[in-house]
Amino acid sequence: MKRWLSKNLIKVYAFLAFVYLFIPIAYTMAFSFNNAGKSNLTWRGFTFANWQNPCGAPQVCNALGNSLKIGGISTLIATILGTMIAFALGRHRFRGRSSVNLLIFLPMATPEIVLGASLLAMFLNLGINPGFWPTVIAHVMFCISFVVVTVKARIASLDPKLEEAAMDLYATEAETFRRVTLPLVMPGIFGAALLAFSLSFDDFIITNFNSGTLTTFPKFVYISSARGIPPQANVIGSTMFILALAIVLTGQFVSNRKNRV
Amino acid sequence: MVDAAASTKGDLNLTNLVKEFGDFRAVDDLSLLIPEGSFFALLGPSGCGKTTTLRMIAGLEEPTSGKIAIGPTDITYAKPYARPVNTVFQNYALFPHLTIFENVAFGLRRRGIKDVKEQVTKVLELVELGHLAGRKPVQLSGGQQQRIAVARAIVNRPALLLLDEPLGALDLKLRRQMQIELKWIQTEVGLTFVHVTHDQEEAMTMADTIAVMNEGRIEQMGTPVELYESPRTVFVANFLGQSNLVKGKVEGTSGDDLLVSVHGNRIIVPANRDFAADNHENSVLIGIRPEKISLEHAEENTLGGGIITDISFVGVSTQFQVQMPWGQELAVFEQNDGGASHLQKGDTVSLSWKPQFTFALDGTADVDAGTSVNPDEE
Repeated sequence: MKRWLSKNLIKVYAFLAFVYLFIPIAYTMAFSFNNAGKSNLTWRGFTFANWQNPCGAPQVCNALGNSLKIGGISTLIATILGTMIAFALGRHRFRGRSSVNLLIFLPMATPEIVLGASLLAMFLNLGINPGFWPTVIAHVMFCISFVVVTVKARIASLDPKLEEAAMDLYATEAETFRRVTLPLVMPGIFGAALLAFSLSFDDFIITNFNSGTLTTFPKFVYISSARGIPPQANVIGSTMFILALAIVLTGQFVSNRKNRV
Repeated sequence: MVDAAASTKGDLNLTNLVKEFGDFRAVDDLSLLIPEGSFFALLGPSGCGKTTTLRMIAGLEEPTSGKIAIGPTDITYAKPYARPVNTVFQNYALFPHLTIFENVAFGLRRRGIKDVKEQVTKVLELVELGHLAGRKPVQLSGGQQQRIAVARAIVNRPALLLLDEPLGALDLKLRRQMQIELKWIQTEVGLTFVHVTHDQEEAMTMADTIAVMNEGRIEQMGTPVELYESPRTVFVANFLGQSNLVKGKVEGTSGDDLLVSVHGNRIIVPANRDFAADNHENSVLIGIRPEKISLEHAEENTLGGGIITDISFVGVSTQFQVQMPWGQELAVFEQNDGGASHLQKGDTVSLSWKPQFTFALDGTADVDAGTSVNPDEE
C-alpha cells in the first residue's frame, strides 16, 4: 500500500485537483438537464426540454444576443488597437516607451468596481447616457491591456533574423510584414482575441455601471438569481463552455497537423 | 527596381567603409576588392567587425561613411531587397511557417516570378534534399537546414552570396563535410561567395582569398598559402596556425639576406621575407612555424641549447615544447617518420631550419597578439 502510494501519489493529487476544478462546471452542466420548476436549486428529474428550448426563459436570448454583440465588437476593436500597440512597444524604441509599458498594465491592476464607477461618471459628465456603445467603449478599454500583453509576448519570441531574411530575399517592408511577421504573430493575436472575447462576455461589474437598461447575459443571471435562475442559463453557460473547448481543441489539432509530414 | 538590381554583376568594391556604434568603431576605414566569381573569406576573432561588414554589404546595417559597389552600381544605401545580394544566416533563419519548397521559392516569388517549380526543384536536387520539399524546417536536422538555407539563397542567382558563420552550429564531422560541399556548390554555380568566419581552418579549406580582420581593419589579405607562409603581422602569424616569434637585433645585410642576432645566434632572413624593413632601428621579431624546425638535421639557422620540457604525440606528428636558454618556450612539430622518436623529456637539443622559412616582423608589436583569441585553443 505504501509503495503503491509513493508511486501514484502524483496521479492521485492530479486527479483530485481536476475534480476540484471541474465540479462547478459539471454541476452547471448537470443542472441544465434539470426539470426545474420555479428555481433550479434542487434536482427534480432529468429532461431535455431546456436544451430543446434554450430561449424559453423570458429575456435570456435577448441578453445573450447583447453579450455576443458587445463581445464581438469590443474584441475586434481591442484586438486591432492592442496588436498595433504591441508592435509599437515590441519593435520600436521611442521616447516614453517604458512609461507606456507600465501604463498598459494599470487597467489590469485597477479594481473593476472603481473603473466601472469612474467610467459611468465620465460618460454622464460628457452627456452620454449609459447603454450599448458606452459598454462597448468600456470593454475595449479593459480588453486592450490583455491584448497588448499577449501579443507582445509573441512578438518578443519572434527572431528578428527572420524579418531580415525576408528583406534579404527581396520582400519589401510591407511584404515582409504580410508574409512573415503577421503569420508568425497570428497565433498570439488569435489567442488575444479569444481572451478579450471571454473577458468581455464574462464582465459584470463594469457592464452593470455603464449599460443602463441594456441587459447582458451576466446581468440577466445576476438579476434573475433573486427570483431563481432559469435552467436555460445553465444551457447557455454549458454551450459557451463546450464552444470554448471546441475552439481550443481544434486549434491544437490544426497546429499538430501542420507540424506533421 | 529589384530586377534592375538583379542584373547587376561585377566585382564587389568596398571603399573607406566605416561603421560606428556610438563611440565604438566596429569597422575602421575598410577598403576591399572582391573579384567576381571568387570564394572570399573574412576571417577574424569575434568582435573584429567582420559580421558588421557583412551586414553592411547585405544592406541590414547602414555605413557611417564609405561606399559599397558591385561592378559600376553603387549599393551603399540601397534597401536589402533592392540589391542582388543574398545571405545564408548564422542560424539559417528559415521561415518556420512555410514548407521547405516555399522557403526556397520565397525570393523568386517576391521578384514576381510565376513559375517557380522548375527552379526550386533544381536547386533542391543540387543540395540533394528534393524529397523533403513538403516538410517544415523544424522537421529537418541541422545539416539539412543548413543546406536549405544555402538553396534558398542561391536559387536567386545573386551577384553575391554572403555566408555568416554558416557552419558554426554544426558538429565537427558535419562541418568538414559541409565545407567540401559548399566549395563544390560555389564552383558549380559560379557565384561570388563572401564567407565570414572565426575558424581559420574553415577559411583556409574553402576560400581562394582570405582577409584577416582585427579591430575593424584588415591585417592582411592573400591566399591561404601566402597568409600561412608569409604572415606580415604578429596577429596573422598567431591567429593562423601557430608561430614561434623570437626577439632579435638587425646586424646588417649580406647580399639578399638580412642578418639578425638572436640571443647571440646569427639568423638569416631572406630580404623578401623581411616584413619589418621600415623599422630596423628597434628590435625585430623573427618568426618560424613549428613544423619547419628540425631537431635532427643541422641547417643554416640554428638556435642551440634548448631543453625539451614536454612531448605530446598526436598521430601524424609529435609536438615538442623546448625551453631556450633565455627562458622562452618554443614549439617544434616533428613528423612521425622515425627521426626524432628517441628524444626524451629533459634532452638538450638544437633547433634548426632553412633560412627561406624565416620571416621578420616589427619588433615593437605585442608578441601575443592573436594568440588568446584563437578559437582553436579554446
